[in-house]
Parts: sequence; C-alpha cells; structure tokens
Amino acid sequence: MYNTIKTPLVHITRRKDIVWYRAWLIRILAIVLALILCGIITTFVVHINPIEVYKTMISGNFGTTRKIWFMGQDLATLLIISLALAPAFRMRFWNLGGDGQALMGCFGAAACMILFSGSVPNWLMLIMMFAAALFCGMLWAVIPAFFKAKWNTNETLFTLMMNYLATQIIAFFVVVWENPKGSSKIGIINQRSRIGWLPEIGGNKYILIIIVAIVLAVVMFIYMRYSKHGYEIAVVGESEPTARYVGIKVKKVILRTLLLSGAICGLAGFLMVSSTNHTLTTTLVGGRGFTGVMVAWLAKFNPFFMILTSFLLVFLNRGASEISTMFGFNDSFGAILTGIILFFIIGCEFFLNYEMHFRKRAKKEVE
Amino acid sequence: MDNKTPVLQLRNITKRFGDITANEKVDLDVYKGEILALLGENGSGKTTLMNMISGIYFPDEGEILVNGRQVAISKPEDAFELGIGMIHQHFKLVDVLTATENIILGLKEKGGLDLKNAAKKIRQICDTYGFEIDPAQKIYNMSVSQKQTVEIVKVLYRNADILILDEPTAVLTPQETEKLFQVLRNMKRDGKSVIIITHKMNEVLEISDRVAILRKGRYICDMETKNANVQELTDAMVGHSVTLNIDRPEPLDPKPRILVEHLTVKSQDGVTKLNDISFEARSGEILGIAGIAGSGQKELLEAIAGLQPAENGHVYFVEDNGEKEDLIGMDPLKIAAKGVSLSFVPEDRLGMGLVGNMDLAENMMLRSFRRGKSVFTDRKYPYDLAEHVVKELDVNTPSIATPVRKLSGGNVQKVLVGREISSAPMVLLTAYAVRGLDINSSYTIYDLINRQKKNGVAVVYVGEDLDVLLELCDRILVLCDGKVSGLVDGKNAVKNEVGLMMTKVGGGAANV
Repeated sequence: MYNTIKTPLVHITRRKDIVWYRAWLIRILAIVLALILCGIITTFVVHINPIEVYKTMISGNFGTTRKIWFMGQDLATLLIISLALAPAFRMRFWNLGGDGQALMGCFGAAACMILFSGSVPNWLMLIMMFAAALFCGMLWAVIPAFFKAKWNTNETLFTLMMNYLATQIIAFFVVVWENPKGSSKIGIINQRSRIGWLPEIGGNKYILIIIVAIVLAVVMFIYMRYSKHGYEIAVVGESEPTARYVGIKVKKVILRTLLLSGAICGLAGFLMVSSTNHTLTTTLVGGRGFTGVMVAWLAKFNPFFMILTSFLLVFLNRGASEISTMFGFNDSFGAILTGIILFFIIGCEFFLNYEMHFRKRAKKEVE
Repeated sequence: MDNKTPVLQLRNITKRFGDITANEKVDLDVYKGEILALLGENGSGKTTLMNMISGIYFPDEGEILVNGRQVAISKPEDAFELGIGMIHQHFKLVDVLTATENIILGLKEKGGLDLKNAAKKIRQICDTYGFEIDPAQKIYNMSVSQKQTVEIVKVLYRNADILILDEPTAVLTPQETEKLFQVLRNMKRDGKSVIIITHKMNEVLEISDRVAILRKGRYICDMETKNANVQELTDAMVGHSVTLNIDRPEPLDPKPRILVEHLTVKSQDGVTKLNDISFEARSGEILGIAGIAGSGQKELLEAIAGLQPAENGHVYFVEDNGEKEDLIGMDPLKIAAKGVSLSFVPEDRLGMGLVGNMDLAENMMLRSFRRGKSVFTDRKYPYDLAEHVVKELDVNTPSIATPVRKLSGGNVQKVLVGREISSAPMVLLTAYAVRGLDINSSYTIYDLINRQKKNGVAVVYVGEDLDVLLELCDRILVLCDGKVSGLVDGKNAVKNEVGLMMTKVGGGAANV
C-alpha cells in the first residue's frame, strides 16, 4: 500500500557558483520578460503599441544631441553620488543621507557665490566654493558617523533625518537670498558676470562633470580594490570583531570613510551649482542620494558596474518622463513601467543566487 | 538480526550542490530502539544526510522509507509528522521565552494557547526520560546543557520516534555528557531510535549500538559497536591507516613568558567574567585551559591579546632577560609594535579570525596588509603565504581565490592556524582549536601545536575535550565561573578530578 509520493513541485537550493555567461543570460532574460509584461500592460491598459512606447523611451534619451548630453550629465551626477555612497555601503554603513550631503554641497557652493561675488577674483571664488561644498558635505556625513562610532546610534535613521534638515536649511536660505525679491526662489546666480561658474570645455557645459565622474569611477575602483584603506573598509564591513582582532581601529575607519563619502557628495553639489545648474533649490539633487543606493547595490559596489547601473536607472527615468509628455499621460504610467523593469532586474538576483529544481516527470510508479 | 525492524531506510540517496557531490548513493538503515553513531570526517556528508531526513534539504535522487513506507520529506514539518526530530548543533531557541513557550513555539494545535497543559506534558516527558528542567524557566537563565535539554524535549513533545543529534556533546562537561547519555539510554529502552553525530571516539564506543561510517559522501560500512575499536573506526573513516597518539615532548628549557596577575575582567553589562586570575605560561610548554563553556576562557585569551579591557590586574609579557611589559591597556597593534609577537586563534573562526567572504590570500592579508609605506596593499606576499599554507597543511580548497566560508570546518581552521603560526610567534593562544574538526584534522592541529611548542613558543590551549587536554598539555589550568579552580600537571591529572574542578572551585576534596 503506497500513498502517492508528494515530491515537491519545485525545491530551491542555493547555487554554489554561476558561470558569468549564464548570469548575464538570466539578466537579459529578465529584461526581456519585463519588456514583454510592460508591452502587455501598455497594449491592454492604455491601448498604445508598445513598440512605440519603447521607441519613445529610446528617443527620450538619445533623440537629439542635446538630449544625449543632458542624459550624460544626469548620469554623471547620479554616478558621482553613487560612487560617494559605495565605500560607506561596502563598510555596511547605511548612508541614506546622500541627498542631504549633496544638497549641503550645493548650499556651500551657492552661499559663496551669493555672499562673496565681486569681492574676490574668480579663481579664488572657485576654490572657496569647492572647499565650502566639500566641507558641508563632509559635515553632513560625519555627524551621523561620529554618533555611530561613539554611541553606536542607528545610522540609517540618522542620515535620513539629516536629509530633512538639509532641505529645510536650504528652504530657509532660498527665501533669504531670493532673487528677484518676492519670487521666493534663487534664479540663475551671476548670470551676467559668470563668477563662480566653472569654464565650459569645448563650449559644452556638460563635458566637465562627465569627465569628473569617469575619473572618479576609476579612482574609486582602485581605492576600494587595491588600497589599504579599501581593505580596511571591506574588513570592517564584513566583520567588526575581525577588524578589531587584527587591530583595525573601527571608529577611525568609520569616520574616515564617511568623510570621504560626504566629500564626494559635496563635490557633486559643487559641480551641480558651479558647472551645470548655477542655482540653488531644495530639489536640486532630486532624490539621487536614494537612487544612488540602488545604483551601488545593483553593481555590488563595483565602480565600473555602477556606470552600467546608473545608466540603466537614468535611461528608465528619462524614458518614463518622455513617455508621459509624448502620449499625454501623467508621470505615473512611466513610473509603472520603470517599476516593472526594475522589479524584474532586482528579482532576477534571486535566480542568480538560487537554483530551482522542478519535479522530474515520468517518475516510475512503485508496485 | 531478524528481530530488528527498520524504522528509517535510506536507499540510494544522492545530493549534489553544484558540481560538488555531498552524498552519493547512500544506503542506511536505522532500527527501532537503537543508538546509531554516524561517523565521518569533516565534509563527509553526515550533516547533509541528516538534513535530508529532517526536511532541510531534498535529495536529488533516492528514496527515504519511514516504517517501510516511502515518503517525501520536503520541509521540517513533514519530518515532524513522520516522527523525526533533529537537535542541531546551534540551538534554535528564543532567549526571552520560557522553556514551555519555546517547546510549543510553531505548533499548530487546535484550541487556545494552553501553557499549563503544555507544562504538564513537558513534566511527563521529563519524568519518563530523566530530564531535569523547569518548564517556567527563561532560556537566558539556562546553562548550555539545559538549553540542549529544552531542544531535546521540544523534539519529544512533537512525538518524535527518531531523534538526530548533531554533535550534542561538544558543549558539555563530562558529567553533563554522562547525564545526556543516560537520557539517551532511557529513550532507547522506550523504543526510540537515536542517530548521534560525534567526533569523539570514546563516546561512540560508550553510547552507540552500531556505527555507520561515511567517507567523501559515500556510505562505507557499518559495524556493531561491541566489535569495533577506535583504530579500526578511524581507519575506515579516513580511508587509510593513521596513528592515534598525541605527542607530549618534554618542555625544553621553559621560561616564564606570560605572567597574569590578579586579572579581573567584566563584560559590558558589568558581569564579572574573570575574577582575580593569576598564572604563568612558559615558553616551550603547552598550558591547557579547561572549564565549562563560558567560564571566562574567551575573556582570558582576549584580555591577553589586547581585545578585552581589564578591570584590574596585569598581563605581563616576559622577555628572555626577565624584562616585563604590561600588555593591559594596549590594543593588538600596540602589542605588536612593542615587539611582542603574539598569535591568537580565536574560538569564532569565521566571525573573528577570518573573513568568510574573502578568499584565502585576502585572509592572509589580515595580518600583513599594513606592511610597507605604500598606500596600496602588497598582494604578492599574502598570495604566496596562502599557497604555502595550502601546501604545507594540506588544505583542501578549489583555489586560493575561493572564499574561506566555502571551505569545510577543518580546512577553515588550517587556514587560520597556518596564518597565525606563519609569523613565528613567541606566544600562541588557541581557543577550541579542534572544535567541530574530525579526528584526522584534529591530529594535524595537535601536531602543529606541538611543533610550535618545540620551537619554544608559549602555547595556551583552551580546550573542551578533557581526554585531549590531559594527553596534550604540560599543565592544565582549570577555570570555574571566572575563577581559577585548580592547576594540575598534565601527566598526573585524573579526568574525573578535573571534571569536578570545572563544576566547583577547588573540585571539593580533590585539590592539587
């Protein structure tokens, strides 16, 4: 008397290793599936040919030379902030304050422009702005780091709160420094004199930030991979007891890494104010401090992969907003498509780490 | 043996992880009312096999029969329903709950939560088998052996008839082990079947009725325990003949090396972990530290290594010329900067001694990465060292670039010990150096430690296996509840007396 054997339909095991081409195959498959699902939704919900939608996404990023440059600048800004976050996350310090740190960088740079224009030469102004931006970014990062190192406070909440603080400080000063009076905003600063504006390379104001981003990616790769600091960061992130065991001063590493993280966020702020935007608003950073978290994690903190992942996110974001303008939807539809694609890309990580075994068919019945 | 009825039969069980085969075509029978010892080296697939019986893994091939009926065990609940319960090496208990609450946790019984009734049933189980626990006691107030008892009762509460114990004695004193064995015998008498995994041969011979041996994932043989001896079992396990003697060369010219005076250490929450400890460790000598788990061994070694602030007292490093340097208040870097070469093999290998996600070379680098003025790390030296350690200690690893967490316990330990002795230390501190290691790897480690001793290193060996401590160490310091309970000579010490000292300061009458 045998009961039917209930072999599970699927059972899941952890993969030991995965060859690189299979990993990429899974990722590409995930994107294809995501596009198919998006296509179905577009066809049946808004009755638009999905091919048109995808075309629009591409033309939103690459349609005109101007759009390409714009995308490049967007990508570079996101990449710099992501690169700033990477070492902190490698150390398992949950720095969710990239937004605030970059915003404070913007604040430092803009404050110099507004307060000292006309009283110092342009080269000195640029140096002052650079220093002020880095200082403000570092300050915003090192405060939570200090509390973490000293009293083991929760850095996730702390850095998050620092974002709101930064936004409010800037909201306040935007009113103080409003220009023209009564507009409640700061227009383009020094539009005529161009004091505190970084020079445009080849007459294009987007090239500089792109170059900085690429150089920074290379430097960060080397720093994290080959330097003693990078090694210490990795050890602290993997296991604090091990770090203490070999005599790494954990508190020092936390502070040092967050100073670096904040400084690079500050640099992003400086470039935004001095090179591309020339103004100060509370939304200047636009959530890149959070998108950057995703960029860094998706790339597993590898700076070169981060170029890819930040491109992906910028592409989706810009594509989505192009869809909404072209087809006259609000932003939500583009966001839904972006969400679906990201869900598949992040979800496929599961299949990279685990293996599914399906029940084999044609199992012989035991007599 | 016709009167035996198999309760559990494994037929042709195969389990692969990627391209590694953990179990290959394993056949195993377990009979009603017997205690079966499962023997095998680290990585021989014992735990994988047991995990398949208890529903954690699912076999790729083969069949499992319980009471003659073919079954599929795809989750732990299935195993419970079939009367199979596993007691894992690492307890899975909620600290802030009571014994009763832990035992009924996860049960989907009909009706409301009836703690009183549950406690009554637990008491019945305890009376039947001779357990001693208070159902209302919170877990965090319990000793390791009490926690283990809760785990066993938890399984019995779910009406298990087949119990699997994964290295249950690793954390127990000899007296506690004896108690556990008594309980196991009671269970056997009650018709329950017990599978026990252990590396300790003397325990295998003492408790089991039958021994089954796995090697490299394959089932090798089984034999009646009464017909077996240690040598035979070890040879079958390893696959070739091994010598089973721990050397104890006479210490050569021992000189004081580490002098601990009135050391008192408190934990962060103010609990006294070490209370006025004084002793001396000498060069060319192995000083054993015996004690129940958590008697202050960890704190003692960490205090010497500069990882644990001391409340009071001194730890002196003594040079050959008699000069003394107090290490208390220094961190590991400062200690090294003073020219004190001190190596430390901590208890928590992957949590403290090594980084699991890093490869062998990167783990070698932990000690050497600061070398040189460059801002970049030197990668050649650690790589060479890793290759050297792999060759010298016969580490079984796919490559130098394999993360150490993927290695088996014995190989992880070889990597750690290899790195620590590579710096030619003057003091070597080891905590549970062979915990979880099979007999072959254990002997490799004893041998390594002995070689250090011969080189004039002062070795401090914290151990849990009293037989080994008595065979290996020149002198043994017994700790009890953070105090020195006694200091005995390794050659003349009597196991039972040391055991008593572990549970009571001075060991009652038996004082040395």
